[in-house]
Parts: sequence; structure tokens; C-alpha cells
Amino acid sequence: MKEKIKFSLNGRPIELETDTSQTLLWVIRTELGLTGTKHGCSIGFCGTCTILVDGIAERSCSLTVKKIEGKNVTTIEGLAQDGKLHPVQESFIRHDAQQCGFCTPGMIMNAVGLLNTIPNPSHKQIINGMNDNLCRCGSYNSITKAIESAAQEMKGGNKL
Amino acid sequence: MNSKEINKIYFGDVDTLNIFRHNRRDFIKKLGGGLIIIFTIGKYKAFAMEDEAEDNNEELDFNAYIRIREDGKVECYTGKIEMGQGITTSLAQVLAEELEVTLDSVEMIMGDTDLCPYDAGTWGSLTTRFFDPILRAAAVEARMELIKLAAAQMKVPENELKTEAGTVVKILDNSIKISYGALTKGKKIVKTINKPPIFKKINEYKQVGNPINATNAKLKVTGQAKYAGDIQLPDMLYASISRPSAHGSKLLSVDSIKAEAIEGVKIIIIDDLVAALHTNPTVAMKAQQAIKTTWSTPEVLANDETIFKYLVQNAVETSIVEEKGNLTTGFNEADYAAEFEYHDGYKSHAPMETHSATVQFDGDKLIIWASTQTPFGTRQELSRKLDMPLEKVHVKQVLLGGGFGGKIYGNQIVEAALLAKKAGVPVQLAWTRKEEFMYNMFRPAAVMQIKAGVKNDGKISAWKYQIYCAGSRGVNDFYGITNLRSALYDKKNIHPFGVGAWRAPGNNSTTFARESHIDILADKIGMDPLELRLKNISDAKMERTLRLAAKTFGYTSAKTGINKGCGIALGVDAGTYVALISEVEVDPESGVVTPLRMVCAQDMGQVVNPHGATVQTEGGLTMGLGYALYEDIQFNGGEVKTHNFHNYEITRFSVTPAIESVFVEDMESPPQGGGEPAIICVGGAIANAVFHASGARVHQMPITPERILKALKK
Repeated sequence: MKEKIKFSLNGRPIELETDTSQTLLWVIRTELGLTGTKHGCSIGFCGTCTILVDGIAERSCSLTVKKIEGKNVTTIEGLAQDGKLHPVQESFIRHDAQQCGFCTPGMIMNAVGLLNTIPNPSHKQIINGMNDNLCRCGSYNSITKAIESAAQEMKGGNKL
Repeated sequence: MNSKEINKIYFGDVDTLNIFRHNRRDFIKKLGGGLIIIFTIGKYKAFAMEDEAEDNNEELDFNAYIRIREDGKVECYTGKIEMGQGITTSLAQVLAEELEVTLDSVEMIMGDTDLCPYDAGTWGSLTTRFFDPILRAAAVEARMELIKLAAAQMKVPENELKTEAGTVVKILDNSIKISYGALTKGKKIVKTINKPPIFKKINEYKQVGNPINATNAKLKVTGQAKYAGDIQLPDMLYASISRPSAHGSKLLSVDSIKAEAIEGVKIIIIDDLVAALHTNPTVAMKAQQAIKTTWSTPEVLANDETIFKYLVQNAVETSIVEEKGNLTTGFNEADYAAEFEYHDGYKSHAPMETHSATVQFDGDKLIIWASTQTPFGTRQELSRKLDMPLEKVHVKQVLLGGGFGGKIYGNQIVEAALLAKKAGVPVQLAWTRKEEFMYNMFRPAAVMQIKAGVKNDGKISAWKYQIYCAGSRGVNDFYGITNLRSALYDKKNIHPFGVGAWRAPGNNSTTFARESHIDILADKIGMDPLELRLKNISDAKMERTLRLAAKTFGYTSAKTGINKGCGIALGVDAGTYVALISEVEVDPESGVVTPLRMVCAQDMGQVVNPHGATVQTEGGLTMGLGYALYEDIQFNGGEVKTHNFHNYEITRFSVTPAIESVFVEDMESPPQGGGEPAIICVGGAIANAVFHASGARVHQMPITPERILKALKK
């Protein structure tokens, strides 16, 4: 059933009239045209569709649009500010933490969400926090290093 | 390897004459001015050693080309594709090296069937082995041609000129120079490689051998990288397909009345292809679920437990890989003999991006963006299936979200094209994860039977090897066994569903079996497994690779602590020698394996991009833990019961150990495969490590806690 919904996407106010029982993933990708958020499994098991809702990492494939009324949604496209990449993005490039790159947006969003919640995570906290994001190319060790390095650089700052 | 063999690997059974004929002049016509060097993989003599028969087919002289544009930019057009293996970076690196330009002036144009010449596909770790040398040769040819042009224009003898950073410079006076781009003066100059190139000396390298991060990383970390499912076109419909529950089912009936009642839904039925389409993918999916279909139930011949027996009973001997000496003599000489059967279940490629395609008919042309490792094979198949001339089918370049061999096959593209033709508007089809698991061309289940004899001094005297459904790759003996017979068994359509190439095809299964068995022999005579291997290895490259691994690991013994042990496995794949030592901890109560450390040494000849090679190695080892410990397709006949990641566990952060990757220094040898080799040893190294940690010898992959506990009870 179509209904009006308001939320913020990457700092922009959005007003949509749409079937709010749809998942946020497909609305972001199709109606809003932002394809950086990827479809991987549709059941919240792989993490490629991870986005931030009020700064917390969420699986957009398992979230209906209804649930984001009035909230701030950030996707990979909204992470860079004024053309400057987020420290986690910079760190991923520096550590070559992506191969095919398909899981990368979800990995980065999950990492940013993790650092928002735990600004100075231990190695173990990073592993636990990232464990439900899958990467078939096998870049886990590089991703972990990239997150550790970004966390150090941010020193608890740069919250989104 | 002669040119015919290279061509066979590269082009398979493809009718190359037909493919090359139609496009050579077209490509060149489309290009603007500049210097263009065209070249091919197979023909070039300097790389096709022992090659006597000159191939007179001129059209084959055209497998890729480079162009030095008038603005100084360098373009390399190749039918290869990028799926995360990093060739966009490493190919640009060798081109920049031999051409003497900066890396950022090189642009790789890949996998576009209208812009790039034919290429059979990106697989088998072939790119660096076969494409790389010829690309370098083309770059040398270009550089020589540019010097010739400069000599004429500057009125300076060629031998008084040198090249650096995209310019030709007078050796004795740096101020006299001219840029590459300015040399062609608006003309289009087309050249081929005519003589053996004089490559740079290794000590002159400025780029090759440097660790360089992937050049396309920024697109990937900002969400700007485009994959097939990211293409959005006006009026495009998303397709959702009704599927049977099993392979081999035929459509019996369709009732789409309810689905058709949904606003904006289009139902298309073409033979057994039943689809709902809508501008909104969620609605398309709901409509598809509202379609009622019934399907025939195919006969069940085997399930995931009975398959191994089934394969052994039904496969027939197809060929002998290797036969030496006399097995009876070998077993008579042996002090101990061991005979075991090894099993490996079906595995999925499980790339994070499911098979996807976006298809558009534009006038009489068909345009495709697809996740495929074979853009040209895709073009051919579509031309045939849709009865269109080859040149009217255009596969465009997109990135792939992982391939691993699984995207050599592109049935989703055919489905999308058939639907788009009927729908009259662009169509996008991205398989669901369930479809991805169902229609994957699986790594085949395999059985390896080995009977081997060993003498008390550690020499292996006999090896009887029967390989079911895993093929010959990597099977050749490097242990110098004098009495040996390795035979292959297989049969067409023996598997309950489609199978295909999975990162280092067959070599994961056979390396697991061979290396497990080597350790069993060592255990039989109470010899350290490293010592037994060193005693037998007959290949100097393998020996130095193993020694490097052992030294880097700091190997002292296979038992490394309470419930801890390390395992060795060796293998050869795509020309690269691999030695892996893995350490694990096994919980004796639960049987759970915790990988602690992996040290991998490889001899891959010249390492073009050490950083890229390390990334590929770590990736392969990480992925490999999945098939060794977790991955197993559950099925009953053609019904695949594995549907998603909740019942197909792959390696995750929490089980990825510290990984160290080292390379034998061998800059003088030609570069070998890098994308696949490292993964082949994971199964064997883990199986051996589990044994040394816990005493459990598991003869079947994945090596699950249940199988470990069962082995411990024996």
C-alpha cells in the first residue's frame, strides 16, 4: 500500500510516496537511484546491503521503508563530506582492502557503524563487529587492518 | 608450449577464423589518430617456443591492441575482464614499464566486444602467463617505433635517443625532447610486432616488481563502481523467474491469473522460462510468487551422502595422466602400504554478486551489461540463441563482483535477453541468492583412491592413483616416484546438476588427497612429514619453495602444542609452485577447528606486482578455508537444498588466521599464475594439521567437527 514517508538520505530530505512495506534496499537502489548499496542475499546474512540508520549499521534488505520514517539514512554515497573521503574509505584504499569490491560498500558502512558505537575498538571487537559481513574474495585481514588504522586516525572523532 | 597449444588453451574449440574476420578493420577504423600496435597471444614466435609451423592466418594476428593517443595517453584494449584479481593494475604496470610511460597515463579498456578484439575468456590464471609477455612485446615495438619517428623529426640518429616518462629524449642533451603524443602528428600509424623484442633488463625496471595498490579502488570505496545490476535504463523492467525445485524438471502447467492482476505486471512464458516483470523489483518478485507452476519430478540417482559411491560405480576410465615403472615391483619393494579413498563434496562459487544482466535492444542492436568472465562467448551464445548477427550483439564492460570460474557460464544473460526481446523494453535480471545456489556450475564432487607404498628410509616406492571427476590439473608427480600410475575416471552428465571450473579446477580435490596420503605414509614409518617430503621431491623448484615455507614458518615438528598441530601441503597450479604450512587448534570435545596461522611460499617466476600477488594469495587461502572446513552443497538428486548463506558457511572474519605470503625470488623466469595456485593446498594442509593437532585423520572435505569426532572414536 502506498503512503507518504519522510526521512533524510545522505543529509538530503526525502519525501516519497511508496509502498512502505518494501525493503529499504530496493527503494534506495531503484526509486532513489543509489546503486552503491548492494544486494547479496536478501536475508541479512551477508552484509553487502549495510547502511547507517541514525549512525547505526543496519541491513537494508531486512528493513522496511516504514521503519525509517523521520530517521537519518546514510549510504556509501553519502560518506564522503565535501569531496573528502571518510577516514575508513581512505584506509580501505591504503590497505587495498577490496578485491572485486562488491562487499566493500557494506563492509565500509558496517565499519563506520562499528566505530560510531565503539570508537576505540580492540582487535577482537573489530572481528566480532564485522563477523557477519562476508567477503568471498577473502580480504578479511586487510579489512581488519584498514579498520584498525582508521580507528587510530579518527581517535574517537569523525562521528557520522 | 607452441602456438597451437596456446591457441587451444585460449580459444578452445571456437571457430577463430569466423570471429576474427569480421572485426579487424572495424576496430582500427573506429580509432582516432596515434600509434597503434596490434598483437596476438598465440602467433608470436619469441613466446611460442619450439614453434615451427608459422600460422598464416593474418586475422589471428590480432588479439589485443595498444594505442598511444595524441594527448600522450596510452590505451590498452583487451577482451579480458576484471573481477577482483587485479589485472587492471598489473597489466597497466607492465605496459607502462616497457613503454616508458607513467602508470597513470595508461587506461585499460576491457571486455567490451565492440571496442576490444576477441578473447576467449578470463580464467585459468592465463592473463599474466600468456597475455603479459605479448603485451610487453607490443610496448617494446611501440617504443622502438616512437624512437624511429622522433629520429626522423629531430634529425638525430636513433642510437642517440632514449625514452623516459612518455617522451623521446636526446641522450646527450636532455633539453631536446619530444612527447610520444606529438610524434604521430595527426596521422594514424598501425604496426604489428615483427621481430623479437629486446626487453628491459630486470635492473632497469622502474615499475615491475613494485608493490602497487589497485588503481580502481576509489570507485569501489565510494559506491561508484558499476556492476551489471547497477545499470538503470528508462522503462527497464526487473525480471523474477519461477523455478522448479530440482534440476531436470520439466514445466507441466502454469497459472498466472493472480499475478497478471497485479498492476503493471508483465508475465512472459517462453518454453520452460516463466517470468514476472515489473518496473519495481519487489513487485516483480511478489507477482512471480503468485504464479502457480507445476513441474515434473526427475529421478533421484544420488544425494550428498551416496554421491561418492555413485561416482565410483558409474564413472569410466577416460585417460591415464602418468604411468612410470611397475606398480607390482613398487609394492614389493615397500615396507608399508596404505590405501584410502578421499571424498570432496560439491562446492558453490558463491560470489557476493549473484549472476546479473541488464539487456537492451537498441534498434537492431542488442546491448548487454553482464557479470560474465566470457564477454565474447556471451556474444556468440546470444547471437545463436536470438538468431542475430554477431556484430549486432554488444557486450559492454562492467566490473564483476567475484567470478572464481562461476561466471564463465552465463545463463542469466540468455534468460534476460529472451525476456527483453519479448518485453520490448530493457530488462534486468539479477538472480536471487537461492537461484545462485541452484544454478551455480558447481565444483564437482570428487573421489580419489590412492594406494601407496613406502620404504623404511622414507622413499615412496609405489603410487596407484585413481581420480574420479577431478581431472588432471596438478596431478603430475613431483615426488620422483618410480612406480606410478595415475588414471582419470569420469562420465558425461554423471552429476545431478551442472558442474564447472572452480578456482584451480580439480586441483583442490586432488591436492587434498595426495598431500593427506603423503602424511599418512610419513606417519606409518614414524618420519616427520617435512623430512619425508624433502627426501622424495624430485623437482628443484618444489624443493626450494618448500624450504622457504618451512623456514618462514619456523617449522620444527608437526605437533606444535596441546591440541595444536601444523600441516604441510604442496602442489603445482598454473605454472606456480605452492607450499603451504597451516597451524590449527582442535577442540577435542567439540571437534571445532580454529585456524591459527598460514604460511604460504610460492614460486611464480617473476612477480609483477608483489602487492597484488600477496592480495591474491591471502584471498585464495582465506577462501580455501571455506572448502576445507565448511562448504558443502546439500542435495537430493537434482534438488539443491542449500539456498543461502545460512546453510552454506563460508570463511568469515572470526576464523581467518594470520597469513604470511612469501615468494621465491625468481625475477629472471617468466611470470606464472597468481589468482588460483595458493588455494589448492588449503585442504591438504588443514587435514594434516588437524591430524597432528588431534589425531583425527579425516578423509573427506569439508573437515567438519562431526567428522573429526567420528575419526577420533575410531
